[in-house]
Amino acid sequence: MIDQDLAQETINLALSRGAEFVELFAEDKRGMAAGFDDGKVEELSSGRDRGVGVRAIRGETTGYAYTSEFSKQALFKAAEAASSIAIDSQESKSLSVDLHWQSKADPRVPGGSIMWPESVAKADKVRLLELANKSARAQGGDIAQVSCGYADSRRKILVANSNGLWATDDQVRTRFMVSCVAVGDTGMQMGFEVAASTRGFEHFEEVDVEELARLAAERAIRKLSAKPAPTGPMPVVIKGGSGGILFHEACGHGLEADHIVKGTSVYANRIGELVASDLVTLVDDGTVSGEWGTYSIDDEGKPACRNVLIENGLLVDYMWDGCRASRQGRDSSGNGRRQSYQHLPMVRMTNTYILGGTSKAEDIISDTDHGIYVAKLGGGQVDTATGDFVFGMVEAYLIEDGQITTPLRDANLIGNGPEILKKVDCIADDFATTPGTCGKDGQQVPVGCGQPTLRISEITIGGTSNG
Amino acid sequence: MVELDKVVDKVVSWAGNDEQVEAFASWDRELDVRVYEGKVEYLTQAESSGLGVRVIKNGRQGFAYAQTLDESALREVLEEARDNLEFATYDEYIGLPEPDGVFPVDLELWDGGVLDTPTKLKVGLALELEKVILNGDSRIQKVESSNYADVAWEAALASTTGMKASSRGTGAFLTAHALAEQDGDVRTGGGFSVGRAPDNLSIEEAGKDTIERSTRLLGAVKPKSNRLTVVLDPRVAATFLSIVVGTLSGDAVEKGRSLFAGRISETVGAESLTLVEDPTNPLAYLASRFDAEGLACRPVTLIENGVLRGYLYDTYSARRAKVSSTASASRAGFASTPGVGFRAVNCKPGLESPDDIVAGIDEGVLVCSISGVHSGVNPISGDFSVGAEGLMIRNGTIGSPIKEATIASTIQKMLLGIVGIGNDQEWLPGPSVGVTMAISDISLSGS
Repeated sequence: MIDQDLAQETINLALSRGAEFVELFAEDKRGMAAGFDDGKVEELSSGRDRGVGVRAIRGETTGYAYTSEFSKQALFKAAEAASSIAIDSQESKSLSVDLHWQSKADPRVPGGSIMWPESVAKADKVRLLELANKSARAQGGDIAQVSCGYADSRRKILVANSNGLWATDDQVRTRFMVSCVAVGDTGMQMGFEVAASTRGFEHFEEVDVEELARLAAERAIRKLSAKPAPTGPMPVVIKGGSGGILFHEACGHGLEADHIVKGTSVYANRIGELVASDLVTLVDDGTVSGEWGTYSIDDEGKPACRNVLIENGLLVDYMWDGCRASRQGRDSSGNGRRQSYQHLPMVRMTNTYILGGTSKAEDIISDTDHGIYVAKLGGGQVDTATGDFVFGMVEAYLIEDGQITTPLRDANLIGNGPEILKKVDCIADDFATTPGTCGKDGQQVPVGCGQPTLRISEITIGGTSNG
Repeated sequence: MVELDKVVDKVVSWAGNDEQVEAFASWDRELDVRVYEGKVEYLTQAESSGLGVRVIKNGRQGFAYAQTLDESALREVLEEARDNLEFATYDEYIGLPEPDGVFPVDLELWDGGVLDTPTKLKVGLALELEKVILNGDSRIQKVESSNYADVAWEAALASTTGMKASSRGTGAFLTAHALAEQDGDVRTGGGFSVGRAPDNLSIEEAGKDTIERSTRLLGAVKPKSNRLTVVLDPRVAATFLSIVVGTLSGDAVEKGRSLFAGRISETVGAESLTLVEDPTNPLAYLASRFDAEGLACRPVTLIENGVLRGYLYDTYSARRAKVSSTASASRAGFASTPGVGFRAVNCKPGLESPDDIVAGIDEGVLVCSISGVHSGVNPISGDFSVGAEGLMIRNGTIGSPIKEATIASTIQKMLLGIVGIGNDQEWLPGPSVGVTMAISDISLSGS
């Protein structure tokens, strides 16, 4: 994308204008998406996003500029704009720093050979949509509408900075989703399933799109007989792999160093304290092969890490990007990410997991007299400063006398992160993961969530039924 | 700067005789500044542009885009869109619109102040806002972020069917998020001031808004579960209106995904409810002369005195429904194809002031903010359940603050349960107007 000489010249230009740290982030991303709806392949779309971002830091201040051109002129213009934050310093250096490039990270092939998206015929991708549609519609006459989507992307990145770092990565992602509408006497209901990984087309060696479609259709049909969810606090059992989002919201965001450094997290200044039930061990791990939040290097060039955040209930560490870490005199934890070259990096999660326990899922359910069984959670939202969060259940049932019974209509659950973490009273051994998209400050990045079946002794259900 | 008109005309001129081609190009220049503790935390500035091309041939559509307007890339994008259409299924309703004789209203959406004002002055606004908030109330513990942002954009569209549109606009935003503390209780809140240029922005307004929203719920407790009337603050009501209008998409109706399909002329809401989508209203934040397919924007009555009157259509969904497009196509940018959307939903104001509405409620909650809208509202089934914070209302008087609760009902019941619409109207940075709205029989879930 950029040769080392031009990168060096650009970095030197920004340094000479007073910046203390300069970084180039170049990206070339090609993507393709195909949508199927209402019995038809609606459309294929493809595109290319590429450009370079220049980040210049002086003291506490960061300047950023980007360009979609790779010419010397465009890069210099971006370097000047980014370093304009240093202009008041009145001490522009005339000498430039001589950089010694070192290749810090090579793209790590995540096991086996990659079927790169561009090497697969578009017709093969489209065929999957037709298979999924057929499978969903085969689940019965209640299924009134099916839409499915295929998307892939290949993102090449290059990070070069004034510390001499030169790091590249070649990231491939494949995603397939199915959404079904079922219609009955009770109205309409929806079922949704998604399977996404940091793999190429070999993704479909593990993912059976017909099975995925069947699951989505069955969920929509089952929900036709759902009753309104209850109100008030109750015990909640969350099925393995379906509710990692709870911990992403309840504590993940609050452990991001930008909130910690600004003192806008309930977990600030609490390292070494008991912040969760002693059953809870939380890790953020960007190295798990194939997972949706995995990468070789983060968007600041730091190799992905496995970071233990909470161990047996004790708060061990936070997640860091390069900029916040260096101000604290420590290393980045490999959590500096950005949506694209048009964005500044910030602290973001990768794959955030609650590790498995020793209980059996069926025992946890049978041990619950009256509560809710959540088979699938939707998204959520948190205020890191207060710890208050919500998350939505999209497939849930009542538990009565230790048995899973009536399906429930959608509702949000609401709680406070630090309180909920202490109420985790059983964890099973059936760990599983789900892919998701995390939004923060207007930037979307792919993340993984994972957890075994577990129980929270009490959380407030946002339904409408008093019974 | 590249002349966008010429770019789109050029791409369209390459079309073959047997195909329809639509080219959409846009350019924007953005500035984004955040200050923290009296210093600039970051300052981002950049220009970007891109092209999106739709090609339709024999009832099949393909799309491609590129984040550049380089001549060589234009050809490549057109070729890629042509290749993509080969894999689409034949659809008799696919096609580009033709000019329909409706002329666009005159709207001035551009204010040169965005480009002319020196960056230093813009940064100064954010610095001053932080100071005003910190000094404005002793309970404010810190200003998590104080931001200035602006954008200037231009867009052009042309097609082989004779569509031709170009427009430009600017926007400037002053926003802050603060953290307040009292007796160990922490609450956060954000406020803003928006306009078309830095001159339109009010530090005082954004400061007051931020202070009020971060302090008014201090000392909040979890309420007891109950069934009562809620009064939605104008910003919460705007979110609710956007959810409602999202279900009135002609595309959703045609594809069997709208809970209001087949209900034209039926009563779906309280008699006081009249909703009109009107992007020609110059007060609307997202006012626009053209829709994303180049048709002139026009007012569309959706609900009139509680009766469902219409849906929103783009060209494709209108053809399927055998009606005319309501010029309601929108697109997220050059990288996406047009689809049904809305820009400026207006709710006819009522006669009562917000205070009068509250005074008429025995037991209720004034909802100041909601959370989890994307996770707790199901636009297919109509189930509505969101996290809510606000103030209890007892015997017509606003009382103590509440937190960690949800409010729940269904979209269908909520529209019928509207018992008050305020005479206040606030055009917010979003697609719907803000207005105080009271809705009865809502489940409040707490302890």
